[in-house]
Amino acid sequence: MIFLNYFISGISLGSIYAIIALGYTMVYGIAKMLNFAHGDVIMVGGYICFYAVARYGMNPFLGVAVAVVGCTLLGIIVERLAYKPLRQAPSLAVLITAIGMSYFLQNTALLLWSSNPKVFPSIIERGSFKLFDGRLSVSHVTVLTIASCLVIMGVLTLFISKTRLGKAMRACSEDKGAAQLMGINVNATISMTFAIGSGLAAIAGALLCSAYPTLMPTTGSLPGIKAFTAAVFGGIGSVPGAFLGGLMLGVIEIFAKAYISSQLSDAVVFAVLIVVLLVKPSGLLGRNIQEKV
Amino acid sequence: MTMKRLINLKRAEARKIYLTYAVVIAAYIICQVMSSTGLFSSSMRGMLVPICAYMVMAVSLNLVVGILGELSLGHAGFMSVGAFSGVASAILMQGTITNAPLRLALAMVIAAIFAAIAGFLIGIPVLRLKGDYLAIVTLAFGEIIKSILNNFYLGMDSEGIQISMITDTTRLLKGGRLIIRGPMGISGIQKIATFTAGFVLLMIALMIVFNLVNSRSGRAFMAIRDDRIAAESIGLDITKYKMMAFVMSAAIAGAAGALFAMNYSTIVANKFDFNTSILILVFVVLGGQGNMLGGIIAAAVLTILPEKLREFSEYRMLLYAVVLIVMMLATNNAEVKSFLAGLNPFRRKEAA
Repeated sequence: MIFLNYFISGISLGSIYAIIALGYTMVYGIAKMLNFAHGDVIMVGGYICFYAVARYGMNPFLGVAVAVVGCTLLGIIVERLAYKPLRQAPSLAVLITAIGMSYFLQNTALLLWSSNPKVFPSIIERGSFKLFDGRLSVSHVTVLTIASCLVIMGVLTLFISKTRLGKAMRACSEDKGAAQLMGINVNATISMTFAIGSGLAAIAGALLCSAYPTLMPTTGSLPGIKAFTAAVFGGIGSVPGAFLGGLMLGVIEIFAKAYISSQLSDAVVFAVLIVVLLVKPSGLLGRNIQEKV
Repeated sequence: MTMKRLINLKRAEARKIYLTYAVVIAAYIICQVMSSTGLFSSSMRGMLVPICAYMVMAVSLNLVVGILGELSLGHAGFMSVGAFSGVASAILMQGTITNAPLRLALAMVIAAIFAAIAGFLIGIPVLRLKGDYLAIVTLAFGEIIKSILNNFYLGMDSEGIQISMITDTTRLLKGGRLIIRGPMGISGIQKIATFTAGFVLLMIALMIVFNLVNSRSGRAFMAIRDDRIAAESIGLDITKYKMMAFVMSAAIAGAAGALFAMNYSTIVANKFDFNTSILILVFVVLGGQGNMLGGIIAAAVLTILPEKLREFSEYRMLLYAVVLIVMMLATNNAEVKSFLAGLNPFRRKEAA
């Protein structure tokens, strides 16, 4: 039963990773860049939600909606200012810019909101469902997290496969030049991908802080890196891959914490990344892209 | 050997190398004079060794980022391997080698060897990757090194060296000394690092890197950086050359770590975290990728400035972030580049 308990908390943590990983995987799939600042957008989402709910007394779900709008705008601004001018630049330059942006967001947050951790109010009332005569308890947040992850995955999959914008996104990730010739506005599509990823990051931020209620300027960075690991694990560029990778990574992390050592659990997660990249660099569900000269 | 190579260099390159040595030597002499005549405040004197260590780190990372063209985000990890192995060996040698400078030199050599081994072991998996993946995996290794050192115990007693992981199970005999104490790190370090030692280390690092860069291998590094596929197609062994640069860079970083650590009485693994790796990256980026002198100057300026401008200290990290972004935009975007060129009053008028 303890095993099942760990498993469920692993799935819950993994759902959050999956939502964050979506942002990485979509941006990487289309813009071929690692948006290092994505983890910090989660943190900003957490803060917006915190202030909306705890200071201005908004309904928690309205607070999340405000955070989604705020982070979407932030994503668009960041993309416009820092990444768009570097579309043609070498990938090393783009990566350094993204690291700079990550630092910029973290330290702006530090100046605005100080390093004192804030206690995040849960977006739904705390409590848990008791199953098997109370031997298994599943908290409300866990249920909400897993449910939101499933809904987001479903909606996003439909969006990408059915709508015109989704088709444009797929076309851009396949071949930017050809997409442009077909009349797709590649720049606008990339910006929109950033916007969607950042909006999702806000939801992930609210869920993450509901499950682990300390909010600091550095809250987003480690989950961000782990979610990137999840995206690579599942196969970067693949939406179902991000889902699968996120869930598996969450379970691995919780099991490592429970059965190996809580101090070494991060090391275990990173070891997973290294093993995946060595054994199957394209990830579980990713396509193997051949380099053409 | 060195001389012949320098004569064979293109004049501009040779001049750049001599200029770098000259600036470093001149700065050393000026600092020594100012320090002995009491013109330096004690806080400034205390910063000399860390500045040297950061300069050496900048040279080390520049070899990977500027010359090889790959991004390492785990360089603080090599620094910490060097710091811990160097300090631990210095403590173990305390009884046998009483001459402090000799002990420091030996400790730095041992640190360089340990860091080189770490660089080699990490390089085997890492260097099969490229670009963003390589960067993120070096970050992962940096974190793994930190986790391991945070859970590592090393003690010494009459039966020899005892080590253990996660919890302290070294069970030292009476009179033994627990040297590395997990998250508590190492304390009671004899502060034997000196400014002169830092200067010597910097000169050695520069000589190694300049010699490497201006050799057949160095040209191979730059060919790989400029066009990996073309380099591969003319038969360059990419992995071998990448490994060479990576291990050399790790060894230099290890020696710098040992120097850095022996300037403090206590060190902990958390000191060498991702922020430290980024700080060194900022030195390299601000100084110009591949420009050793630029990185050295940036390391000095960015270490001294925050001390002098204490009232702005909370904006320091923000400034670093802005430096990274602006430098990248300024060097890689045509519009920003021409805008900045327009601001330069000394620019040459273009022919009409």
